[in-house]
Amino acid sequence: MDLGISATEFTSQVNDGIISVEEFVAKTLDRIKKVDGKIHAFITVDSQNALDKARVIDKKIKSKEKIGICFGMPISIKDNICTAGLKTTCASKMLENFVAPYDATVISKLKSEDAIIIGKVNLDEFAMGSTTEFSHFGPTRNPWNTEYVPGGSSGGSGASVAAFECLAALGSDTGGSVRSPASFCSVVGLKPTYGLISRYGLVSYANSIEQVGPMAKTVEDVAFLLNILSGHDAHDNTTAKDMRIDYVKDLKSGISGKKIGIISQMTGDGVDKDVERATNGAISKLQDLGAQCVPVSIDAVEHSVAAYYTIAAAEASSNLSRYDNLRYGFDFGIEGYEFKAFISKARSNFGPEVIRRMLLGAFVLSAGYYGKYYLKAQKVRTMIKAQLDEAFKNVDYLISPTMPILPFKIGEKIDDPLKLYLTDINTVTANLSGIPAISIPFAMSSSGLPIGIQLFANSFKEKELLQAAHALQETAKLPGIAI
Amino acid sequence: MTKIGLEIHCQLTKLASKLFCSCKAEYRNAEPNSNICPVCAGLPGSLPMLNKKAVEKAAMISLALGCTIPEKIGFFRKNYFYPDLPKNFQITQYNAYGPTSIGSDGKIEIEGKTIRIRRIQLEEDPGRLVYEGTSEKTMITLVDYNRAGTPLVEIVTEPDFETPKQVRMFLNVLADLVENIGVSDPYLEGAMRVDGNISEGDGNRVEIKNVGSFRDIEKALHFEITRQQSLVERGIQVLAETRHWDEARRITVSSRSKEEEQDYRYLPEADIPIVQIGNNSIEQIKTQMPESIVARRERYIKKYGMPAQVADVLSSDKFYSDLFDKSHNEKNAKEVSNIITTDLMGVADTREKKIELKITPNHLSDLADAIVANKLTRNSGKLALHEMIQSGKPFADVVSSLDLGHVSDAGSIEKVIDEVFQEEEKAVMEAKQNPDTINYLVGKVMRKTKGKADPATTLDILRKKLAV
Repeated sequence: MDLGISATEFTSQVNDGIISVEEFVAKTLDRIKKVDGKIHAFITVDSQNALDKARVIDKKIKSKEKIGICFGMPISIKDNICTAGLKTTCASKMLENFVAPYDATVISKLKSEDAIIIGKVNLDEFAMGSTTEFSHFGPTRNPWNTEYVPGGSSGGSGASVAAFECLAALGSDTGGSVRSPASFCSVVGLKPTYGLISRYGLVSYANSIEQVGPMAKTVEDVAFLLNILSGHDAHDNTTAKDMRIDYVKDLKSGISGKKIGIISQMTGDGVDKDVERATNGAISKLQDLGAQCVPVSIDAVEHSVAAYYTIAAAEASSNLSRYDNLRYGFDFGIEGYEFKAFISKARSNFGPEVIRRMLLGAFVLSAGYYGKYYLKAQKVRTMIKAQLDEAFKNVDYLISPTMPILPFKIGEKIDDPLKLYLTDINTVTANLSGIPAISIPFAMSSSGLPIGIQLFANSFKEKELLQAAHALQETAKLPGIAI
Repeated sequence: MTKIGLEIHCQLTKLASKLFCSCKAEYRNAEPNSNICPVCAGLPGSLPMLNKKAVEKAAMISLALGCTIPEKIGFFRKNYFYPDLPKNFQITQYNAYGPTSIGSDGKIEIEGKTIRIRRIQLEEDPGRLVYEGTSEKTMITLVDYNRAGTPLVEIVTEPDFETPKQVRMFLNVLADLVENIGVSDPYLEGAMRVDGNISEGDGNRVEIKNVGSFRDIEKALHFEITRQQSLVERGIQVLAETRHWDEARRITVSSRSKEEEQDYRYLPEADIPIVQIGNNSIEQIKTQMPESIVARRERYIKKYGMPAQVADVLSSDKFYSDLFDKSHNEKNAKEVSNIITTDLMGVADTREKKIELKITPNHLSDLADAIVANKLTRNSGKLALHEMIQSGKPFADVVSSLDLGHVSDAGSIEKVIDEVFQEEEKAVMEAKQNPDTINYLVGKVMRKTKGKADPATTLDILRKKLAV
C-alpha cells in the first residue's frame, strides 16, 4: 500500500474498493509510530478513535450507505484549532491540558464529510514563529533533513504531510505560517482570502489577518479541501457571503494568455542563489505555458514586516490576555495569591517568543504610542492593499519565491529574533492585504532542500489562483522523500 | 459651585440573548456558571457574533436622548485584567480615534434644566464576583460568569448637574424612558447602575463608584459634597481619586487602587466588522419606537382634557399608561384616568405589586362605563375595584356579589330617607334651620344604602322634604 498517494487519489481508490479505510488508517498510524520519533510532527495522536471511525466508514461503504466526500481521509490538525474532546494545546504550557468543549467550524465541516482527525500537530507556541522551534513540546524537524527546521508556524502540519503521516493537514497562516512550512517541506499550502474560511475555533493570535489554510501534496487536494472548508459561518462575523464556487472544476484550465507580475521587492537582493534560480525557472516554465511575465513594483512591501509585527503583536497582546489560568489551563494552586501576583505568576509560563510579542504589542497600544506605531502600521496596510489593487488592474497574478532563503538548521537563528522576522518578507503582504497566496513545491536546492514558489491573486480569486498553481505544479520534477 | 456628571450603565434586559452569543440575556435566576457558552466564557477560539437587535435598542436610547447616530459604528477592546472578565478585555465602543459609538452629543430637559449627554456606547457586562467569608484572611472570591456578555448601554453625561436632587430626577426620568422604549426593566436588580463624578469650584474631580441604587447615589453625592466643602473650608485640597460608596457606613471611602492611572490599551475589535447604520435604518428604527413620554403627555392633555398633573403622572408610568391606553374609550377616558391615578396607583406603586394586580383593561373599562352612565357611585366603584384587584372576577359578577347596583329611583331612596328622618329627628330640625348641615343626612342615607344611593338624587329629595 502506498501512503504517498494524494488525498484525491485516496478517495477514488476507496470508492473503487481498491483499498479499505481501516487498512489505510492503520498503515498511517504505523507510519507515525515509525517516523514521528525523528520528526516530532504530532503533539497528540488519536489512534483508537481514528481506527474506530475508519471501521464505521468501511461498514457504511459495504452497506452502500451515503458517506461524505472525504471517505475517511486521515487529516492532521494544527494544535491551535479546537477539536471537541481532543486536546488543543497551542504548543503552550498555558493550555497543555486544555480540551475544548466544541469543534471549530472547519473541524465540523471535515467531520461531516467523513474526514478522520488522526491527530493534532505541532506549531510555534500560539503560532508565533516561523520555524516550529518555539513549541513547549520541543521542535518539529524537517522530514527532508531532520537537522533542519520545517518552517513554521504550521511546521507539524507541513512535516506530517511531507512524511506521509497523513493525507492532508490544516494549518493557520497569520504571516506566512502555512506557506513557510509548505515551502520548506515541499508540500502545497494555501493562505485563502481573509473571510473565505471561518476562524471560529481557531485560537486567535492576530485575528484581523489570519486564516485557516489547507496543506496537501497536490494543488488538486488543496482545491478539494477548499470546497469543504470555505463558506459563510454565522459564528464568524468576518466571513464573506457564500459564493458557491467549485474550486476543483476547471482546475486544469491552464494559464495561457494570463499576465503574471514578478514582485521586484521580493526577488533579487537578499534572496538565496538557489532560490533565485528556482524562481527564474518557474517564471520561464510559466512563460512556456503561454503566460506573460512582467516585473511589478509594490514598494510598500519594504514596510510590510514592520507593519506586520506591529499589528500582529498588538492583537496578540489582547488575544492572549485571557490566558490567566483561572478558567482553564495547567495545574497551578491558585489559593493564597493576591490577584495581581497570581496573574503574573501564572502568565510567566508563556514561552520567550510569546512574551516578546505580547510586550511589544502592549507597548505599541499604550497611551501616547498608538498613533506613532499602531495607526502607522494600519496606514502601511492600506497602502499595500491599494498598491496591490493597482497592480491587479494590469496582471492576473503576482509571483515570488515563498521564502527568500533555504531551510536552515535547527537552533541556527533562534537567538536572533530580528533575523527570523525578516524571513517573513515575502509572506506577510498577503496577510496584511487579505489577498490569497499559495506556495507550490517547485525545486530542490543543490543541498537537497525544498524550494517553494508563491503565487498571489486578488481577493476571492482562489479559483484562478489554483488554476495557475496547478499549471506550475505540473512543470515541477521533484524527487521522492527518503524517510 | 458643585458640578456633577454621571455614567449610567443600563442593561438591555428586554433582549432575548446576550450581546455576542445566544445565551439568555436574563441571567438572574440561573445556577452560577450555567448560563454560559464558549463565546461568553471567552474560551480559546471562540468569536463574538454581534446581536443586531442590541444595536437597534441602543440606537433607540440614543434617539430618545437626542443623540447623533453616526453612519457606521465599530467596537473596541478595553484591555485590563480582572477575574470577572473572561477574556481580560471588554468589548465596548470608543471615540478617541474618531466617533464610533452608537450615540453622541445629546441632551435632555429636566424641569427646565438642560443635561447634555456626551456619548452612549454599547458594550458587554462582565461576570459577577461574589465574596464569601468575613475577615480578610478567610475571604473567598467566587466568580459567576452568567452575567458576562449581557448587553449594556453606557450613558455618559456632561457635568451639568448642580445638586443631588437634579441627579435623582434625571435618573427617574431616564428609568421611565428606557422602560417606555421597551429596552430595559430598570427596576430589576443591577439593571441600572450609576457612577458619579463630582467637583467643587475649580477643585479636583472625584469619581464615586459601587453605588447600588438610585436612592444611594443621592446619599453618596450629598456625603461627598459635604466632605469636599468642609475640606475646602479648611483650606485642604480635594484629591483627584476614585472613592467607593460604603453602603453600611453611608460614607464614601477612598479606593486604594489608582484606577485613573490605568492604561486600557484600546484596540479596534477586528472580529466584529464595522456596522453600517445609515439614514434609512435610523428612520426605520424611529418607526419602531413607541410614543415618547412627552408626546404621550401632550396627547393626554389635548385629546382627553386631562389636567397637567394627571397627565404627568400617568404618561411617565409605562405600566399604567399602557393600561390606560388599552382600557379607555372616547366616553370613559377621563374616568379611567381618574380611577388609575387616584385609586390604582395608590394600591400598587411598586413593580412587585403591579405584577400581582389581577385587574385587566376590561375591568377598568366596564367600571368606568358604569360610573359614567351613573349606574354606580364612585364609592361603590372603589369597592368594586378593590375586589377586582384581589379576585380578578368579571365586573358584572363583582357588582352583583357585593350588591353594589346603583340606587337611583326616587321611590327607594325616599323610603330610606323616611327611615333616616325617624332616627335623626334632631338633625332634621337642625337642617331645616341651617341647610349647610344637610350633608350629615346625605351621609346617613349613603350608609344605609351602603353607598349605592345616587348622591344627586338623594340631595334633591332631601331638599324637597326639608323645604330648604
